[in-house]
Amino acid sequence: MKKTAKVVAFLLVLAAVVVGSVFLLQGLNFDVINSQGEVANKERDLLFFTLGLSLIVVIPVFVMLIVFSLRYREGNKKKAVYKPDWDFNWVLETIWWGIPIVIIGILSVVTWISTHDLDPYKPLDSDVKPVSVQVVALQWKWLFIYPEQGVASVNLLQIPEKTPINFTITSDAPMNSLWIPSLGSQIYAMSGMSTKLHLMADTVGDYKGSSANISGEGFASMRFIARSSTQSDFDAWVAKLRSSNQTLDLVSYDKLAEPGAVSEPIGYRLGDPHLYDRIVLKYMMPPRQSGSHALPAKHGEHEMKNKDIQNMGAHNMDMMKMDGM
Amino acid sequence: MNELINFVFGRLSLDYLPKDIITQVTVVVITVLGIAAVVAMFKFKLWKWVWKNWITSLDAKKIGVMYLIVAGIMLIRGVADALMIRAQQVLGSGGSGGEFISSDTFQQVFSAHGTIMIFFVAMGLMFGLINLVLPLMLGARDVAFPFLNSVSFWLFTMGMILVNMSLIVGGFSIGGWLGYPPLTELAYSPGPGVDYWIWALQIAGIGSLLSGINFLVTILKHRAPGMTMMKMPIFAWSVLVMVLLVIFAFPILTATLGMLGLDRLMGMHFFTSDFGGNPMMYINLIWAWGHPEVYILVLPAFGIFSEIVATYSRKKLFGYKTMVVALFAITFLSFTVWLHHFFTMGSGANVNAFFGITTMIIAIPTGVKIFNWLFTMYRGRISFKSPMLWFLAFVITFTIGGVTGVLLAVPGIDFQVHNSLFLVAHFHNVIIGGVVFGYLAAITYWFPKIFGFKLNERFGRYAAYCWTIGFMVAFLPLYALGFMGATRRLDHYDASTGWQVLFVVAGIGVLIIALGIFFQILQLVVSIWQRKKNLDLTGDPWNGRTLEWSVPSPAPFYNFAVTPVVTSRDPFWEEKQRLKISGEKSAKPEYKDIYLPKDSGMGIIIAGFGFLVCFGLIWHMWWLAVVGLIGAIVCIIIKTGDDDNEYKITAAEIELLDISNRRKKAAL
Repeated sequence: MKKTAKVVAFLLVLAAVVVGSVFLLQGLNFDVINSQGEVANKERDLLFFTLGLSLIVVIPVFVMLIVFSLRYREGNKKKAVYKPDWDFNWVLETIWWGIPIVIIGILSVVTWISTHDLDPYKPLDSDVKPVSVQVVALQWKWLFIYPEQGVASVNLLQIPEKTPINFTITSDAPMNSLWIPSLGSQIYAMSGMSTKLHLMADTVGDYKGSSANISGEGFASMRFIARSSTQSDFDAWVAKLRSSNQTLDLVSYDKLAEPGAVSEPIGYRLGDPHLYDRIVLKYMMPPRQSGSHALPAKHGEHEMKNKDIQNMGAHNMDMMKMDGM
Repeated sequence: MNELINFVFGRLSLDYLPKDIITQVTVVVITVLGIAAVVAMFKFKLWKWVWKNWITSLDAKKIGVMYLIVAGIMLIRGVADALMIRAQQVLGSGGSGGEFISSDTFQQVFSAHGTIMIFFVAMGLMFGLINLVLPLMLGARDVAFPFLNSVSFWLFTMGMILVNMSLIVGGFSIGGWLGYPPLTELAYSPGPGVDYWIWALQIAGIGSLLSGINFLVTILKHRAPGMTMMKMPIFAWSVLVMVLLVIFAFPILTATLGMLGLDRLMGMHFFTSDFGGNPMMYINLIWAWGHPEVYILVLPAFGIFSEIVATYSRKKLFGYKTMVVALFAITFLSFTVWLHHFFTMGSGANVNAFFGITTMIIAIPTGVKIFNWLFTMYRGRISFKSPMLWFLAFVITFTIGGVTGVLLAVPGIDFQVHNSLFLVAHFHNVIIGGVVFGYLAAITYWFPKIFGFKLNERFGRYAAYCWTIGFMVAFLPLYALGFMGATRRLDHYDASTGWQVLFVVAGIGVLIIALGIFFQILQLVVSIWQRKKNLDLTGDPWNGRTLEWSVPSPAPFYNFAVTPVVTSRDPFWEEKQRLKISGEKSAKPEYKDIYLPKDSGMGIIIAGFGFLVCFGLIWHMWWLAVVGLIGAIVCIIIKTGDDDNEYKITAAEIELLDISNRRKKAAL
């Protein structure tokens, strides 16, 4: 009787936990599961596939743990077999080396294919012309530069739906990581170099974006809105910023880059088309004074031709590596 | 005048005293308790006793106990940090930071939490337990280098003191437990916090490396006659592979932190963003140490569970040889997977896929170990004492952690959950479920061997229940939070995210774990109180299998009156079976003279000078660093010249001691 009561009590607790969890979790938005873009969709499917495959090993472990614990407990010694010296069996060892090897073998193939397919550097297939966005992680806000549109925006990433977005990402701050969970993949933002990311939103909507890597005191404030809109809304937004009286050039950039969080998004007309390259290059261009990270001068002796800057920007990863040697 | 002050105190000044109220209160409480403890020690004239019996002791068992004490205190600090993190995260919904503690303090707290839990709790428990039982298991008198052991322990303790001293003056690093540059470079963290972190880890890390060498030699050279490698207890194997990892991995840590230290002290540019420095190199190097480090922690826990399952199932360990093969497979593979910690740094698809696959392969030998444990239980006769409860909790939590680990190993999935609370949940799943549960089980299991009485079973069970349930409540919601886009180390977030409710649940989980720790403290107090009732007179309270159970409890300071001769894998169990069948009494042994190491205070003195070096470098008190360095070198030279470092116990004395022990046992 006591045993039955225990089992009933256990089942009741279990039921309460399940009901409680459902109650707690309802209405919450699981961005990663409830994905809104091609990349995130594939990544979610990959997650469920891998989870399912793992369960082939996990479920038997849990079942055996429970069954063996009950059957071979000391209190059950009249019924259970006891073989204190039985300590090896070729068949069993082969099974539990073999099955995981097969599962990991399958998973390895899937990993190889999916890693190439989901490579953040790989442009997405689409008939629509991609939009380029240059991202700069600052202390502690995100700057999005749209070189083709000639506008820039802080803490608001406006993108047209169903259009591939080609991100190039750098940092003028400690290392950060650009992450929009609803759309997929994150990539680190590092100063003096460019990383790449390709995403696309399926539908119109506002999605959370943030930095996933600790970057100092205001790190938690590095949130932005990723706003996927129709092409016409996007064009309207661009037009509005183009007529903005705030211009982003070297002077206003230096002011923006000062440490501090930003509470409301800011829009700019882009004053300097090569701002992004200058930000990348300032970490590797002599001459500088120790400790100061002034941007490469626009005027004066050290001025570089815009073309040179572009070329250097394109190869800065390689330069970085050579430098590091 | 100013120059003189600068020279003497470096950058140390009153400005560095804590500014926020919580830290101030903590500091005052710690200082008052510290002074009270010191006064009490003088009042009851305990200093001499502590100095003679503990601080200068070279007995591995005593050093082991001291490790456990330090790690236990640090566990309480680490959990307190965890509670502060969750409290801020619950209150930070819709805020802008500073609801409970300021953003800066919050970041110091999570950095300290990680650093303390890994280096001073997990490593401390591990080295403590190895010191307690490894020599006994091998039939050895002591570790190979008893004095070096003392130096290791005191270096570890000095590191611990440095981390905690940052609370009082200067503050701690805000760079997380691995301190990625460029955040930890001078450009972004000019204060002493990062230096505290670097030098605490450097000094503790050197201690760990010396311990690693010590245990390696102990295993290779100090096994009892007849104990071939393949007759060693599996725990000894797990320690062997662990120290191999230590010996290969810790020099990488020392070099990496050394370069970061040079960047900060001498203005060099190893890992800065500019002047050709490369932070990515640091991230590679720190994980080339960091990944093996997690196996350093968990492999001995695997060994412990192997001993516990066999003992409480009263059955030979299933698949001993494959267990050894699996240990070596994990050891080798652990050096081939470091890049999986930064798939998101922009490596090409080939590189990411390679490291993803090597990572998954580790799941194979780990899974094999779990199956072997299960089949050790199969057809056994299991007695569910609290160490076995820890084992059950371990299998469940560690398996969940294993699955989420495989998920993280797939680059395509990692891109979506990296640095989110999903990742945090995963590594707590394997570190609490694997490492902490293992060491807590081991403490209950070997406690009677060291102290001569058993721990209270009822409170032990309560502690195991609280830890397990608390763990689930604290960390399963973090998986959900990760899927909701919650990144780690956030002190505030938008209320519209709906994260708050899950942070509340997670916080309740931490409270349940804290209740578990409270039960453990209660267990210790009650057990000491009722120790007469729980005395272990047989020396073999669990019907053990390995050599440590063949000596009386508490284990005598000389370990074995007569060095045992080993003929099989579970020597003590086999001997018991043989005596049971033949009915004869064990024969009277032939006693020989024993040589034991003399106590030495040099360990704490050398480590103390090491402390001065670190403190001087943190505060730019160059003269102090020089004094410390010279002092340490001189002491090492003096100690090296000391040949009179052993004392003899004659055969007659041993016989007297041993016979009285045997009489006690026979009287049962």
